[in-house]
Amino acid sequence: MKTDPKGVLTGSHYLDGDFACGEGAMAAGCRFVAGYPITPSTEVVERIANRFPLVGGTFIQMEDELASMAAVVGASWTGTKSMTVTSGPGFSLMMENIGLAAMMETPCVVVDVQRAGPSTGLPTMVGQGDVMQARWGSHGDYELIAMSPQSPQESFDLMIDAFNLSEEYRVPVIILMDECVGHMTEKVVIPPADEIEVTPRRLTEVAPDDFLPYQINGQLVPEFARAGDGYRFHTTGLTHDERGYPGMSVEAQDANVSRLVDKIRVNAGDIVRFDEADTEGADVVVVTYGITARVSRAAIDIARGEGVDVGSVRLVVVWPFPEQRIRELAASVKGFVVPEINLGQLVLEVERCVAGQAVVRSVPHSGGAVHDPQTIAAAIVEVAR
Amino acid sequence: MGDEARTEICITGFGGQGVVLAAHIIGHACALIADKEATMMQSFGPEARGSACTATLVVSAAEVLYPYADHPNILVAMSSDGYDKHAPDLAADGIVVYEEDLVTPQIGPAQQGYGIGSTRIAEELGRRIVQNIVMVGFFTAVTALVSEEGMREAVAASVPAGTEEVNLEAFDRGFEYGRELTASHRDVAAPAG
Repeated sequence: MKTDPKGVLTGSHYLDGDFACGEGAMAAGCRFVAGYPITPSTEVVERIANRFPLVGGTFIQMEDELASMAAVVGASWTGTKSMTVTSGPGFSLMMENIGLAAMMETPCVVVDVQRAGPSTGLPTMVGQGDVMQARWGSHGDYELIAMSPQSPQESFDLMIDAFNLSEEYRVPVIILMDECVGHMTEKVVIPPADEIEVTPRRLTEVAPDDFLPYQINGQLVPEFARAGDGYRFHTTGLTHDERGYPGMSVEAQDANVSRLVDKIRVNAGDIVRFDEADTEGADVVVVTYGITARVSRAAIDIARGEGVDVGSVRLVVVWPFPEQRIRELAASVKGFVVPEINLGQLVLEVERCVAGQAVVRSVPHSGGAVHDPQTIAAAIVEVAR
Repeated sequence: MGDEARTEICITGFGGQGVVLAAHIIGHACALIADKEATMMQSFGPEARGSACTATLVVSAAEVLYPYADHPNILVAMSSDGYDKHAPDLAADGIVVYEEDLVTPQIGPAQQGYGIGSTRIAEELGRRIVQNIVMVGFFTAVTALVSEEGMREAVAASVPAGTEEVNLEAFDRGFEYGRELTASHRDVAAPAG
């Protein structure tokens, strides 16, 4: 279906990544935001708090990040597209309720504008150290989706995709932005509302008396009944059966948790998304995400000037990881170069998939700035030789 | 960095002088009106609220890959603290555009300097707050990065509603001053060149 035009500020704008993210959320149909503003993500909620009265949304500044994430879960169960916005320290506090959202199969979006950590770290300076936390931060087995924009334009565009994926798979979707993109101002083009396709909630047509909230009928994603529509149901973070009631057994655990994982793993081929360039015949492939993808393209230009045949894979969707494509490329290249603004996180995933078939070189950066393209270029040249 | 025709601009001043808005207007004009790529970054934290505040722009015909202005081609200095902090990074053939009552620049042999009493002019207009827009007008005339019309349009689109008139007047005063100054530079330079 097409999105509600009320939230769409069609036209060309000069916006920073945070504002563009807020506009993207509203264009995607988001109408509930709860948050505890934190640098460098504050401008996202600032934009939303300004515009929501005109759009018909509700913004609540909560007492902390635990409550923010809990409010988002509650709002989503009324059928309202909901999100929260934070940065590293707040993202840590949200982990328990992100797990709750995953367990209850609650569509929602969590924007994490990454700054350098750990702890309160460098509030106004860039980092990419939350990439593994986004995947593994809450306890137990679950899967979710994470996306990483490289520009203000993409900060807008990916919000539409994030809300749509959260509805389709009933999972939290994490937007792994970074301070550099969040605080970067560039041209952002917002299309007309009738060009923005949005995925509605998977509302059930089963009559209230016959409805079971976690009955899957051979599918991986159950149908949804909104709180307030007359359906009696129960949902919980405890392992549950198809009625949504606690089921304290090995069998219930296996059925419940396997499906949480399978709905993403089985559909990973449809969810993974990456920009691949010049990999055919390449000796070296640079694997990147977020702002580092842009800086790496400057490095690739330098390395090409030195005669290296180099391609790139930019992860638009970081989780699920494009395992299959990295395995295929590993068979034909000399090596991979993985620059990231952390001391080596996603490089571990590349190493796992490459499994010794090629060299994997991390180009770490402890945070506070983007890489010097020369440093990445030097690593590319070294791996090629 | 491989970008074609990359121009790096650093704008610096006290927090409160309108450094960020000045950069936003120039970026808006470049990106939305002149159809160039224009990536703006700005300082955050306490410095943006009182001490030396900085915003940078990278303007390019091609996609901006590296977003920071490490070696600006143009330094716009509205305070001496800001000038002192950023002058060492200015390109050897760079341009300094400065508030001449507040900044005393050391112009290198291959560099050019253009000064304006932008605060005084803004005070003559009765609104010291429009000093940054006087500077944007002056910048437009001395750098010719974007057309006068394009920059005026960006000013009108960026200032608070109801203040367009005084801001455009401020822009025009800065622009006129810059045009006369560059014309006189050319007159002096012409016989030698």
